[in-house]
Parts: sequence; structure tokens; C-alpha cells
Amino acid sequence: MSFGRARSRRWRDWSERGIRWSLFGASFFSVFVTFAILVVLARESYLFFGFDQVSIVEFFGSTEWNPLLGGTQHFGVWPLVCGTMLVTVIAACFALPIGLTAAVYLSEYAGPKTRATLKPALEVLAGIPTVVYGFFALTAITPLLQSISPRFGNYNAMSAGIAIGIMILPIVCSLSEDALRSVPRSLRDGAYALGGTKFDVSVKVVVPAALSGIVASFLLAMSRAIGETMIVALAAGGIAQMTAEPWAEVQTMTAYMVQIFLGDAPANGVEYASSYAVAAVLFCITLGFTLVGRYILKRFREEYE
Amino acid sequence: MTSQHSPQSVPTEGSPPHAPSGVVVRNLNAWYGSFQALTNISLDIAAQRVTAFIGPSGCGKSTFLRWINRMNDTIPSARAEGTLKLHGDDILARSMDVVELRRRVGMVFQKPNPFPKSIYDNVAFGPRLHRVYSKGDLDMLVEQSLRQAALWNEVKDRLRASALSLSGGQQQRLCIARAIAAGPELLLMDEPCSALDPKSTLAIEELIQQLAERYTIVIVTHNMQQAARVSDTTAFFFEGQMIEWGETEAIFTTPTNRQTEDYVTGRFG
Repeated sequence: MSFGRARSRRWRDWSERGIRWSLFGASFFSVFVTFAILVVLARESYLFFGFDQVSIVEFFGSTEWNPLLGGTQHFGVWPLVCGTMLVTVIAACFALPIGLTAAVYLSEYAGPKTRATLKPALEVLAGIPTVVYGFFALTAITPLLQSISPRFGNYNAMSAGIAIGIMILPIVCSLSEDALRSVPRSLRDGAYALGGTKFDVSVKVVVPAALSGIVASFLLAMSRAIGETMIVALAAGGIAQMTAEPWAEVQTMTAYMVQIFLGDAPANGVEYASSYAVAAVLFCITLGFTLVGRYILKRFREEYE
Repeated sequence: MTSQHSPQSVPTEGSPPHAPSGVVVRNLNAWYGSFQALTNISLDIAAQRVTAFIGPSGCGKSTFLRWINRMNDTIPSARAEGTLKLHGDDILARSMDVVELRRRVGMVFQKPNPFPKSIYDNVAFGPRLHRVYSKGDLDMLVEQSLRQAALWNEVKDRLRASALSLSGGQQQRLCIARAIAAGPELLLMDEPCSALDPKSTLAIEELIQQLAERYTIVIVTHNMQQAARVSDTTAFFFEGQMIEWGETEAIFTTPTNRQTEDYVTGRFG
């Protein structure tokens, strides 16, 4: 056995210090960027509320959003929040049950060969650019919906919601499946030994045991759905209205921001500034989501061993 | 399974829900793929007695145990031939309802494996699965099972607490209570103390002897002193064959086979 030249003590101490600082720098950078974005959002929102035609009471109290068209401008944010929620709920109703069912199939029922084929195929969905989903919604889902019911317009919440649902399906399925498969085999054995069928074991033992991971996958998928922009900009339409009708045209918070920044409004005008306030609201909703998610995770977490 | 499984028979204190059954084994052969794990095993497991399987690692004793409740069905390459009869019912028969078999044959594993649910829900799992209780009796059934597993006094004030909050020894007794609650005729124990400290081991061993008054028990163990302490009958396995079986005392004091003698006196294994 041969020894290389021993590194000097001094060298070691310096390199350890250097490594420590670069690691800290990397983590500090991501936190710094987050705070920088927050500062921009806060400052621009503050400027927005400084305009004469805007009041904070109207912003959070009114249900009328009419920033561009002639006549009196109205800045009540609720129609945009409502549009976002409608699309997100549709996406969730589509993706959560299908994603979880697929995950249970892949984890508990599928043979190794089937799983080795299906899982990568599903994950390909995650690599498709969202603009493609947008086109798919417009050219495939919407005509299909219209053939079912003529109430669906060319732009509607349902079509965008389903497309987002397809987009987040791999997140739900893949992460839930990981959570299900990490449930120790000994728990499955215990349930089989008590006379459980495969379905009993999956639904009464494995899924509850993996609940924290499943909830985490749901929340991650939901925050992706809330923040999704391209699909709704293409397929959901541009009318900000308070509605729960899935065939109606809606505008989401993200779609409004796209509209503004693509040049529908002059820079530094009140419309331009309004998008920052909308972004701040979106940020708060997503943050609330994350916090609730963390609480649920902690509440339901089960430790093994 | 007819009237004897009616819910009324469940909660009566003092008698097990189902009469303990023995197992008759004749010419049992078992394989994993092309590897023969058991060769021509024949023995009788007497009802309401403790039967211990001893032998070095890989001798087939756990494989044998896992055929009695067909747990080996979960391993695709495993198969078995021969006669394995539980109270006259052919365990290996294609027509055997595995769900019903496993309700009749409870199993306790090497490592405690309580479900990440409350203590109560763990014990109630089997009865709920098989709906073998009438409404209102579940509380009583849970209490009775926990009492039989000598755990009731430690957990009666926190039945809704997570089973994972219990110590290892308590978790293993909970697993025993969970197996009992389904109303088995036979309990299989696969090295139930190997993950436990000496004090918890002692508690489980005392429990096994109490349970033998109501249930037929088969225990696989690495620990020869344990087999000598808890069992009435002992079978010695070596390289997939059953070398010798008989009264525990005879096996440990006057074994007829040289290999058995070498093993029980600690010369190998």
C-alpha cells in the first residue's frame, strides 16, 4: 500500500473553508433571487395602488375587472382569481384521481416489464412544452367538447383545465408511485397474512401509509396548475368574469399578465402596473398553498423505524 | 365456513373464536425456481400445542412456515407439492380460498410490522376485513385481543395513539393481538423475538405459553434455548430436510440423529 504526498494541514483548512463558502453561496443565491423577486413585486404593487383610479378596497372588494376597454376602468381582482381557481379545480378533478389510480396500478399491480415500459412513457408527457398542450387544447379538446355540447365556446375553461390536467398527470403519478413503492414490504406482508386481497392491501394499507408523499405530489401538481400560463393564454380565452361554468371563457391571473406584457398596454400605465399587483396576489395564493401543504405533510407524516 | 363463524361466537371471554386446528404434513416438497428448498417433509403439528422449527439459516424452516398460510404465493417462482392439511382442508389445493386460509392461520413476522394507524385500528384491521363481528362488538373484540396479547394494561388509555409510538416489544405484542383478532385456528411465528431485547423476548415467550392454551402455535427460531423453553414439540431442519422431530425434551436430551445432537449441543449452526 502506498501513500500519496500528505496534504498539508494548512491546505486542508483553506480548501474546507472554500468549499463551505461555495456551498453557502449556492444556497444563498436561490434565497436571494426569491427575495429580489419579492421586492420587485412589492414595489411595483405599491406604485399601482398609488394611481388615482385604483383603490385597495376596490382591488380586494370588487368583482369587476375591466382594465383596458373604454369607459371606466375597474380593478377588482376576484374575476381573475376565480378564473384561475376554476381552471385549477378542473385540472385537479382530472389529474388527481387518474394520477393516483395509475400510480397504484404501476406500484401494486403491474409486473416489472409493464412498469419499465409504462413509467418512462408517462414521464415523456412531462417533457412536452406547454405551448404544445395549448395547441392540443385548442385543436383537439375544444372540438371534442363542442361535439358533446354546443355550449362550449371556442375558448373555455374546461378545455384549458383538461390540458393542464394532462400536463400535471406525470407529476401526480410519478411522485405518488415513488411514495407507494417506498412503503416497506413488511406492511404488505402483514396485510396479506391477515387475509387481505390485493385491493385491500393497496387501498387500506399501502395508500394510507404513503399518504404524506401522495399529498405532497398533489400539492406540487396543484401549484404547477395554478401557475401554468401558456395553456390558459391559448385556450381559456380573455374575458375576466366571475363564473363557475366550465364552458365559459375565463381569464386567469397568469393569462392577464401575458396579455399585458405582450404589449396590450403601454409601459408605466396603470394597466401595466396592475399586472404586478396580480402577480403579488398569485404569489400569496401559491405561498398559502405551500404552507398548508407543509402543515398537512407534518400532520400525516408516518415514520418507519 | 358456516355457523361456527357467526359473530356471536366472537366476544365470549375464555374460549377462542375457532377451535384450534392441527396441521398434517405428508411428503411436502417445495421449490424456488429450480432450487429445491424442502424435500419430503412429513410431520404432524398438534392442535393447541407449541411446535418449534429449529435449524441453521437457509435450512427451509421459514419456507415451510410460509407454505402453511400460502404466503409464498406472493413469490412468483415458489411452488410446492405434497399434502398439507389444516383440519382436513387441503392447503395447497387450487380450490383453497387463500383469503379464508389466512384468516384461519395468523402470522407474526420477524420484525414487528404494525400498520401506521392507531393501536385500535391495527387490532380491528382483520375483523373489519372479514366482517366477523357484529356492530358494537368490535370494541370488545379489540379489548379481548389486546388482553390476550398481554398489552391491554399498557395501551388501554391510548388506543387512538399511533401504533408506531409503541416500543419494539409492545409493537410485536400488538402484531400478535392483530393476528388473534381475526380469529385464527393456528398462529405462525417467524422468529418473533429476533429483533427484540431480552426483556421483551421474555415477555413474548411467556405470552406464547399462555396463548398455547387457546391456539395452535408454530414458531420458527434461531434460538435453541427459546425452542427448549416454549415448545412442546421440536422439529430440526437441515438443508431442506426435516432430520428429526419429537417431544422437545427428547430432541434436546436424547436426540436419535447425530446431526441433531451436533446442532442442539452447539457444535455447528
